[in-house]
Amino acid sequence: MEFFRIKKDIPFMKYALVLNAISVLTFVLAVFFLTTRGLHLSVEFTGGTVMQVAYEQPADVGKIREQVASLGYQDILVQNVGSADRVMIRLPIEKGVTTAQQGEKVLGALKAADPGVTLLRSEFVGPSVGEELVHGGLMALGAVVLGIVLYLAIRFEWKFGVAAAVANLHDVVIILGFFAFFQWEFSLAVLAGVLAVLGYSVNESVVIFDRIREAFRKFRKLDTPEVIDHAITSTMSRTIITHASTEAMVLSMFLFGGASLHYFALALTIGILFGIYSSVFVAAAIAMWLGVKREDLVKVSQKDLDPNDPNAGASV
Amino acid sequence: MNRYPVWKYAIIVIALLVGVVYTLPNFYGEAPAVQVASVKATVTVDAALQQRVETALADADVQPLSIALENGSIRARFDKEDEQLKAKGVIERVLIPDSSDPSYVVALNLISRSPAWLTALHAKPMYLGLDLRGGVHFTLQVDMQAALTKRTEALTSDVRLALRDKKIRHGGVNREGQSLEVRLQDEATATTVRNLIVDTMPDLQANVVSTGGAYVVRANIKPESLRSVQEQALKQNITTLHNRINELGVAEPVIQQQGADRIVVQLPGVQDPAQAKDILGRTATLEVRMVDESSDARAAEIGSGPVPFGSEKYSDPHGQSIVVKKQVILTGENLNDAQPGFDSQTHEATVNLTLDGKGANIFKDVTRENIGKRMAILLFEKGKGQVVTAPVIRSEIGGGRVQISGSMSTKEASDTSLLLRAGSLAAPMEIIEEYTIGPSMGKENVEAGIKSIVGGFIAIAVFMCIYYMIFGVVSTIALGVNVLLLLAILSMLQATLTLPGIAAMALAIGVAIDSNVLINERVREELRAGASPQAAIHAGYEHAWHTILDSNVTTLIVGLALLAFGSGPVRGFAVVHCIGILTSMFSAVFFSRGLVNLWYGRRKKLKSVSIGQVWKPEGEDVRSVASAKR
Repeated sequence: MEFFRIKKDIPFMKYALVLNAISVLTFVLAVFFLTTRGLHLSVEFTGGTVMQVAYEQPADVGKIREQVASLGYQDILVQNVGSADRVMIRLPIEKGVTTAQQGEKVLGALKAADPGVTLLRSEFVGPSVGEELVHGGLMALGAVVLGIVLYLAIRFEWKFGVAAAVANLHDVVIILGFFAFFQWEFSLAVLAGVLAVLGYSVNESVVIFDRIREAFRKFRKLDTPEVIDHAITSTMSRTIITHASTEAMVLSMFLFGGASLHYFALALTIGILFGIYSSVFVAAAIAMWLGVKREDLVKVSQKDLDPNDPNAGASV
Repeated sequence: MNRYPVWKYAIIVIALLVGVVYTLPNFYGEAPAVQVASVKATVTVDAALQQRVETALADADVQPLSIALENGSIRARFDKEDEQLKAKGVIERVLIPDSSDPSYVVALNLISRSPAWLTALHAKPMYLGLDLRGGVHFTLQVDMQAALTKRTEALTSDVRLALRDKKIRHGGVNREGQSLEVRLQDEATATTVRNLIVDTMPDLQANVVSTGGAYVVRANIKPESLRSVQEQALKQNITTLHNRINELGVAEPVIQQQGADRIVVQLPGVQDPAQAKDILGRTATLEVRMVDESSDARAAEIGSGPVPFGSEKYSDPHGQSIVVKKQVILTGENLNDAQPGFDSQTHEATVNLTLDGKGANIFKDVTRENIGKRMAILLFEKGKGQVVTAPVIRSEIGGGRVQISGSMSTKEASDTSLLLRAGSLAAPMEIIEEYTIGPSMGKENVEAGIKSIVGGFIAIAVFMCIYYMIFGVVSTIALGVNVLLLLAILSMLQATLTLPGIAAMALAIGVAIDSNVLINERVREELRAGASPQAAIHAGYEHAWHTILDSNVTTLIVGLALLAFGSGPVRGFAVVHCIGILTSMFSAVFFSRGLVNLWYGRRKKLKSVSIGQVWKPEGEDVRSVASAKR
């Protein structure tokens, strides 16, 4: 079986400007939604109480909301998760009362109304923990960007490092934009997923960069856009197959992984889709616009010259 | 060109063997077990106790599968759950004659069913995180400011006492936040006081400040002492928590320091966070009282009379009764520290107590008036008291430093000081994070995780085998080996597997296939360019390796950053992520090459390679064929 029969290099770079304009637009939109709507942060970040309870029969969410509200809580969230008999309740932080006490009070009230209710999971988190998580997440993000730029600068050229980092941040911001737009719950697991996308997307960029370097060495007559087009075209089938495989795994998590892995898988899916796109158009195009040249990558020494290249070694 | 030397195959075989051995324990499941641990610091679990448990079980005709002494607790494994329950009853009857005052806790537990030879190789199953087996998790924040204030308070009274001893007149010794200040009239005295503090109190640094005619000596705890105060506080709090949690009868509690001022407590299997919190937050109190030495009290001690009015009967660690007066002389609040030590003259083991200023004054008066009499130190927990020690007062004790000596072994001395310290927390703690996961939820999470891994793996395997034929089979086997090695390393490290960890495992499989695809596509490309099959295999692996190295190192950088800055679930994810990258490099490049070499390498005249269809473009388009321009 052979899926890809590409006769000519696809002129990706011809569309780079248009697509990057779209990219910038998406990016700006993502930032816009992030600032206006904000992320629907999970309890790990905000502090507060989340309880998941199971009833023996399909639960009446409205009645549960009333029961909880009658305890004097405002701004509560009650919703079904997974199935009709499972309910998630979220309470904000209350001054002077520990979140743990809140949880017990609520469970007590629910038990009084229906003794068949069982606690599946509960989380009580103070706000200080959340602050640290945000801090840790940002530190990790910074370290990742720095590490990638450094490594690529050493192995390739600083222009590739910068291009990969920009493409990477592009992906991350867009995933966050999705979570802000749809108000999906942004939990610690999703954060892990987003940070994993960082690695995944840069991996993709590196594969293409690697090919660009190789193509620069091999084809002396091509100009930079042509080299990039060739590199992307020749890795096309690998790109599609790899991402399809990873997506198969992620889809499996989405379908079988239960409620806990739901948004994690969703974040990865968006990350994978934008990862392909950004490595092809954003990373490669930025590298091109930064003025990547053959001389940047090919150290002209006798050892590095391709012995098969008819132009090699021609010196006077 | 495609042959591996024997030693490379040897490495592969060894890696596979090690992988299988260390992955195996995860598949045996768990057997019901009974665990015996000590509740009291003075009672130890040793081989003699194991002997007692064994005899008790033999007498009751219950046959354990195995019985072992490990980490200060005895664990007996059984075949069925009803045997487990029966054994628990039997052991409880033998070890706990008085259920109101247990010395041991007998808890139900689950222990890996893996055979003894695997355990002997230290092959143990992965530890499942709370989200996979249910239980309660607490993160406790230790109030370090309070610990420091307490220490400064203690030093303030020490300074006050020292000045009184030297008969230095001063305008008051006060604590100002985390530092202490002595007001003095003239500069000469101020310097004397400063020198006195610096010379006699190694924990303090002091300097003289003059403000408008008055002189003030301001002293602070040295930074290095500050650190040790904090470390001590954390350590003592952990010890105290250990003692308290033991009473819950939790099979395998986790009590760990996290960062500089946090303690994580995980109680697997506990479903009632309220009860757990009660015990964690319980305060034990220490009291010093006089022993009632009247003849009535003596009679009560040997059991031949009622306890006199105004007195109470308690027992000491040896089980002996002691009648003490109800009047409390001192409480634990006045005790700053208790450490085991040695008497420099008699070379006896001692317990050295340090009292605060108020305690020292009371103690001085009481000891002066009661020379030759006995004094009892009692520890109250859950409203029940026990005499820790009841020494005879030999002389008046001033200065707040009390030495308890007498026929004590060094072990007893250290146990006693531990008890005195363990009774209370060094600094108050607050629960800042808590989560409870029901056992059914845990089970569901495990099942969901496994289902998603298996589902994804099968989908990928089927595709690879169809698309890349024999090379696809090789890739699938390599992928399987990757999972095997990943599981083995995680088990070897005794990493805690959590749901994000399972997710990382699934993602690792997805990413690992990338290396295989890179290789297979490269081999195809070489074939397309007209290379001979053997050369194509060689060049394909060679070229792909460079790409794989670069891309994996960058991914690894991300993993390491997550590991360094992440916490909780992010960390659990990062550990598996990093190890997954390493194992995938081994399996995709080294191992799969080995398989391919084994299959194709020996054939001298290889005509074709089974890697699916290799389509060659017709016509002469220069750029589409990599080698056309060479």
